Amino acid sequence: MWDYVKLAVLALVVVVAAIAASMARDIAYLVHMLVILLAAVITFVWIIRRVGEPVPAHNPNEYMDGPIRYGVIATALWGVVGFLVGVVIAFQLAWPQLNFEWAQGYLNFGRLRPLHTSAVIFAFGGNALIASAFYVVQRTSAARLWGGGLAWFVFWGYQVFIVMAATGYVLGSTQGNEYAEPEWLADLWLTIVWVAFLLVFMGTIIKRREPHIYVANWFYMAFIITVAMLHIVNNIAIPVSVFGSKSVPVWSGVQSAMIQWWYGHNAVGFFLTAGFLGMMYYFIPKQAERPVYSYKLSIMHFWALIFLYIWAGPHHLHYTALPDWAQTLGMTFSIMLWMPSWGGMINGLMTLSGAWDKLRTDPIIRMMVVAVGFYGMATFEGPMMSIKTVNSLSHYTDWTIGHVHSAALGWNGMITFGMLYYLVPKLWQREGLYSLRLVSWHFWLATIGIVLYAASMWVTGIMEGLMWREVDAQGFLVNSFADTVAAKFPMYVVRGLGGVLFLLGAVIMCYNLWKTVTSSGERKPAAAAVPAE
Amino acid sequence: MGLLDHHKKIETHATLLLVLSFLVVTIGGIVQIVPLFYLDNTIEKVEGMRPYSPLEIKGREIYLREGCYNCHSQMIRPMRDEVERYGHYSLAAESMYDHPFQWGSKRTGPDLARLGGRYSDDWHVQHMIDPQSVVPESIMPSYGFMMNRELTRQDAEHVRDIMRVYQILGHPYTDEMMEKAVDDFFAQVDEFGDPVAERYPGAQQRNFDGQDGRVTEMDAIIAYMQMLGTLVDFDTFVPDASR
Repeated sequence: MWDYVKLAVLALVVVVAAIAASMARDIAYLVHMLVILLAAVITFVWIIRRVGEPVPAHNPNEYMDGPIRYGVIATALWGVVGFLVGVVIAFQLAWPQLNFEWAQGYLNFGRLRPLHTSAVIFAFGGNALIASAFYVVQRTSAARLWGGGLAWFVFWGYQVFIVMAATGYVLGSTQGNEYAEPEWLADLWLTIVWVAFLLVFMGTIIKRREPHIYVANWFYMAFIITVAMLHIVNNIAIPVSVFGSKSVPVWSGVQSAMIQWWYGHNAVGFFLTAGFLGMMYYFIPKQAERPVYSYKLSIMHFWALIFLYIWAGPHHLHYTALPDWAQTLGMTFSIMLWMPSWGGMINGLMTLSGAWDKLRTDPIIRMMVVAVGFYGMATFEGPMMSIKTVNSLSHYTDWTIGHVHSAALGWNGMITFGMLYYLVPKLWQREGLYSLRLVSWHFWLATIGIVLYAASMWVTGIMEGLMWREVDAQGFLVNSFADTVAAKFPMYVVRGLGGVLFLLGAVIMCYNLWKTVTSSGERKPAAAAVPAE
Repeated sequence: MGLLDHHKKIETHATLLLVLSFLVVTIGGIVQIVPLFYLDNTIEKVEGMRPYSPLEIKGREIYLREGCYNCHSQMIRPMRDEVERYGHYSLAAESMYDHPFQWGSKRTGPDLARLGGRYSDDWHVQHMIDPQSVVPESIMPSYGFMMNRELTRQDAEHVRDIMRVYQILGHPYTDEMMEKAVDDFFAQVDEFGDPVAERYPGAQQRNFDGQDGRVTEMDAIIAYMQMLGTLVDFDTFVPDASR
């Protein structure tokens, strides 16, 4: 019966999407409707082939790892795509000829840059978060994922969102808000998927067989609910036509700026920090085989972190037309944020107490520790850059880009790589990874890549900041803007090379994981949910 | 540590943990965002601000579509070098009709908040077609394709639809402006057409891209660039010390 309802709904979606596609006012909308149509048709065929077939009963004590396996693959693949686009646009900034004439209007820097940021944050990071949240919540709750096939809907729905966002950017459909570029249709779809994500996660926690909710889950929970709030408030918009991709965001001017950076900074704070801290709190203790260093510290830094982060947005708007009181609040809370951030770093690093020797033998734990190290560095640099005096120099420069990348590549990238190396043998029931030597290669390529990236961006950032403000004895500006652009060229090449190394490391990882899965090693029996004693 | 022992109540109760987390993360946003909607001095009272003309809206749409904001800011900070380089520091009032704001976060290229009137139309056309031919150091991509993308009545009607939404959001478009939106869209590229400035004070009206008989995306983007930062009358502007 339930299958027939699903089929009817899908048939309706197909018809509506077909009609909408034929009425489309712009190419992005047309493509999006075709994507929806295709997804609905595939799901329809998939369901109809199974109607009436006997449903294989699954052991309710068995973990649901299917969507996690898919999520792991998606994480690795989207990661490579995102890094590749990053490398391309890095070199576009060094050699503008790479904005090829034949691709003008599709592949210029301005359209590829959102593609890069979204691919790494939302496609790579998002898939890593969803997959790891599903893994961690089952293991720490000793319960199978709640909601039956809903977890599959979350996975596939999220991929559809990614495809809609990516095609939208290339076809010129954008709201014009950084990191919130997708238009209303993709935004609505993401909202539905996200609510399903929250339901699966909360449902699993509620039916847990452990009395306590493990600390990693606090962070995942805060991440999911906060991102929902940010996404909805920042993307409230009125579509110009239901048959076109264009919408008008309701917020304008100074309020739009404040809401955008409240969103933007907490995309960092909750998507890239709280969610990934959840990852850290599960995978580091697991890989190090040591308990979390301090329970009390985790309580204090959790509540302090989520309370303080949300205030930090205005440091993106120092000295702008945002009223001073808001700027000052933003700076004050950004500086305070240093403490809970380092609380997390200390808790992660100190978990290795008594197991530091593993750094020599285990390249995976090395990756995780370096990730936490970069987290600590970036969360010191961030508060420093939020001080108005420092910001007057650093804002609008490449320093910000360097800061973001030392955090994104170093912290988010490395902890995700560590998680993937930990998960793949477990999920495919292998004894271990195909090659630890290749993990070592990945580790060093990525680390050197990050160092090249961050160092070159510090140099260009501080240099251009100083060059812009330099005045001579008569009080005239010394440098034209074009002078500063020319001066940055060598560092842009170094940055691009750093990106190439990082990308190369990720490709090696994909090869290593692929071989791990396909090599016919010994299979270990699948783990089943047993509550801890 | 008696206090932290009570945390057991929260971490054994899923809904309580969720609700408390949510309450904790709402506070900062409420304190920072809500006052911006009712504090009187958030948006300065200035002379000269007006909503965008239809052609300027189209230009701004192209600006968003191409992701110009990824490399160009539109926000001059009140610092000696910036005021010297770009002009009077930006006011909140100057972006009051921007949905969303285009202040930007990065200056890979220079700030554009007061680009209007700094260069000739010819310079802009040449610069958009081949940036390196006028600024050898430039790393900007070429946007020459805009010369060939002709704007049709459908584009003009789409802009009118956007203006309708702007009207809902409180932009002071009059019935006359709405009625003449499509005509104004095309009139603004015709020096001898119905004067658009009657409805949009200060609007510049001429053949921006220099091509006869064609209205292109290049016309729209240059019309937009040539009005950036030109509206506010700074002779009558008095800064509010308490802001």
